[in-house]
Amino acid sequence: MKRSTLFAAQLIFTCLVCAFMLVPVLLSLLAGLTRNYFQGLSSGLTFDWLVQVWQAYSPTVWLSLQLAVACALCVCVIGVPAAYALVRMNNRFSRAFEELMVLPVAMPGLASALALLLTYGHLGGFRGSWLFILVGHVLFTLPFLVRPVMAVMQRQHLPTLEDAAASLGAGPLRRFFTVVVPNCRAGILAGVLMVVTLSLGEFNLTWMLHTPMTKTLPVGLADSYASARLEVASAYTLLFLLMIVPLLIALQALSARLSRGDQR
Amino acid sequence: MSSALSNRSAVRADSRPLWRWRPGAAVALVPAAAVLLAFWILPLAHLVLLGGESRGEAGSGYWQVLSSGQYLSSLAQTSVLAASVTLAALLVGSISGVFLARQRFFGRSALVALLTFPLAFPGVVVGFLVILLAGRQGIFAALGLGLVGERWVFAYSLAGLFLGYLYFSIPRVILTVMAASESLDASLEEAARSLGASHWRVTWDVIVPGLMPALVSCGAICFATSMGAFGTAFTLGTQLNVTPVAIYNVFTNYANFSVAAALSVILGALTWVVLLVVRKWVRKSGGLL
Amino acid sequence: MTATSIRLHNCRKAFADGTVAVDDLSLEIHAGETLAILGPSGCGKTTTLRLIAGLERPDAGQVLFAGRDVTPLPIERRDVGMVFQNYALFPNLNVADNIGYGLKVRKVPRAERERRCAELLELVGLQGYGHRAIHELSGGQRQRVALARAVAPRPRVLLLDEPLAALDAQLRERLRSELGQLLRELAITAVFVTHDQGEAMALGDRILVMERGRIAQLATPRALYQQPANAFVANFIGTLNAFAVLGRTANGVQVNGGELPWSASELPGTLYCRPEHLQVTTGPGQVRGRLLGQFFQGAQSRLLVDVGGAQPLSVDSSDDRLHAPGDLINLAVEPQRVFSLNA
Repeated sequence: MKRSTLFAAQLIFTCLVCAFMLVPVLLSLLAGLTRNYFQGLSSGLTFDWLVQVWQAYSPTVWLSLQLAVACALCVCVIGVPAAYALVRMNNRFSRAFEELMVLPVAMPGLASALALLLTYGHLGGFRGSWLFILVGHVLFTLPFLVRPVMAVMQRQHLPTLEDAAASLGAGPLRRFFTVVVPNCRAGILAGVLMVVTLSLGEFNLTWMLHTPMTKTLPVGLADSYASARLEVASAYTLLFLLMIVPLLIALQALSARLSRGDQR
Repeated sequence: MSSALSNRSAVRADSRPLWRWRPGAAVALVPAAAVLLAFWILPLAHLVLLGGESRGEAGSGYWQVLSSGQYLSSLAQTSVLAASVTLAALLVGSISGVFLARQRFFGRSALVALLTFPLAFPGVVVGFLVILLAGRQGIFAALGLGLVGERWVFAYSLAGLFLGYLYFSIPRVILTVMAASESLDASLEEAARSLGASHWRVTWDVIVPGLMPALVSCGAICFATSMGAFGTAFTLGTQLNVTPVAIYNVFTNYANFSVAAALSVILGALTWVVLLVVRKWVRKSGGLL
Repeated sequence: MTATSIRLHNCRKAFADGTVAVDDLSLEIHAGETLAILGPSGCGKTTTLRLIAGLERPDAGQVLFAGRDVTPLPIERRDVGMVFQNYALFPNLNVADNIGYGLKVRKVPRAERERRCAELLELVGLQGYGHRAIHELSGGQRQRVALARAVAPRPRVLLLDEPLAALDAQLRERLRSELGQLLRELAITAVFVTHDQGEAMALGDRILVMERGRIAQLATPRALYQQPANAFVANFIGTLNAFAVLGRTANGVQVNGGELPWSASELPGTLYCRPEHLQVTTGPGQVRGRLLGQFFQGAQSRLLVDVGGAQPLSVDSSDDRLHAPGDLINLAVEPQRVFSLNA
């Protein structure tokens, strides 16, 4: 008897937490699709707000997508070799490097952005281009690719695989591209999804680094929360959610498959 | 069972215990190291130095911050807020996390997914959601209006900020606790039960100590995130005196770079020290697991 | 501490996927006896132990301690002591706190707890280890702490789940005799699960051999070895040679490689004999065959002899003469060492 009341209590508690998480989101979705939020559903559903948002803010969507893809590419090019090096080295130095790599995430994004601004802000061309924001995103998302890839490499006992390839005559570069990278595909995929999701939603760094010419989606969102009417802001939020929720679902499915693969 | 090759590398490791340095592998680290050096270490050093610059008679940035009641109270307020959010999130998240990790029922995976999506929402969106919940036209306002004839509006106060920070901290705790629960040793709980421990005793004596390292690390991350969170406070109005907002104000409105730099460095240092202390603790008691 | 008898009455336990772990099991364990549950993996021995412990509830049937029905009671109310396969020592408590945990739960005052703890540390040979952390202990030491912890609250029944499985062979031998001594000293009813027949025979007053959720045989070690109830038990305990009976002869029956003495009127399909009862003779024996291999095992050698049957014969001989593969081996056996079984 006691067991089932405990279960019920925990279930209700968890559902309340879930309600706390979900209700505002649902409200936002609703507001973005309702003709007039204050009148509620009775005023009718409409796509007008979405259309208005698209007309006003579509450049931000494209820039965000561009940034996310570029960020993923850069992080892969920099991060996969780094993960490989860290797993193979496995000494005090590599552990210190891991700590260093995580710092931009652990420290307030504002501080990193400020530092970048004060050091490179005077380079007009660089400052005004989207590359400036890209740098911030790469710094912030790097650990989120390196960590999963390292984990996969360690699980696969990468050093042993490499030794085997070396014993068969493969040189370092060939080993890297034919043995190392193919075996981390799952980790790289999971990391890339994470990086893209984070880049799309990054605000703390981006707000400081952006210019009116380089506005990303979250920056546009902040603008609309301050100035536009509730329905427009909600529609804009809806747009954003439509972009990241599929990514999040894919991420969850992938990590479930990865962990199931472990148990095999 | 190990190949001759790995035996050789084991021997090499014995003769050079601290520096098993393989020049081949370290080369792969160069791009990442270069990026970090150019775009983070250098700028950070610059920032630290900038905080020490003085402008006129005001003294260095650090001095201005540390001697000003306003900035110090902002730091204190931010720390207290981050700490209380962390504790609340740990409590709520671990109850739900352990429950979800152990029970199987219809709709469970959907529930887990829904609970963890908010992790990816940027702070601004969370701020907006708090406004929808507790702003002038929010649910609580309508509720208050209906129940007592007065709108309950707390989105633009510290309570609203607290709620917002809780919103993105709880999913993180739930995920961490769920993962840590899976690796808990069931036989420890059975052993405690065999010695007569009731359900609450087992929870307190076995489960909580078992989850402690995970809870502490996760708590540290929640603390760091809340300390550095900017978007939520920005959306909820700049009257809130949390340090990231103060930094933004000083930088943008007063162009007082040295104070902004000093505040950033102090905020960052505070966060980093907490993380370091926590990590040392986890590593020290890591032998437990 | 008076010992408690245990009775299982028509117990049945099936798992969610439908597999029946324990099927209509009825069992009586005498007060103060040590029962070993032996069997291949999946035979239900661990489930039976967990049913006695209260970690699982039977789908049908009852569990009785000293005549009282304890089936509805969960483990925390059954007053049992349990030693787990991987010891399950609490890593956040030191040795003394681990041992004293059951006493703390029962609200025993601190002075009494400490006294009892010291008493137990001495009993298991770990005096002075009270302040040690668990991760500092070796496997054998952990096993002893687990034992001390289980026994500290003076439980009615002691249950052990493969207590020596996690130890290496030499340590296992030593701890086996220590465990046996301890069980005798405690005079407690003990049930332990093992897949090691040597352990079962050394420690158990009686052995319960299980097969697919049912009792194959419940008997003393000697009876199990010398009078196995069926082929499964006979094959599980020690090695068994099987001879297909081909026909009658003047003195017995005809088998592959020769004949075996058999006086009973009924002719069974198969006759059996233990390896140590087949003797290598110099002159013509009753059965002969070609040597396939000889394995030196210290005190004895095991010879594998091909007599033309489905399987080669296993012969344990203390004769340490070296034979070469292909040699002709003559075997003799005493009439009373040949037996038949019901399948």
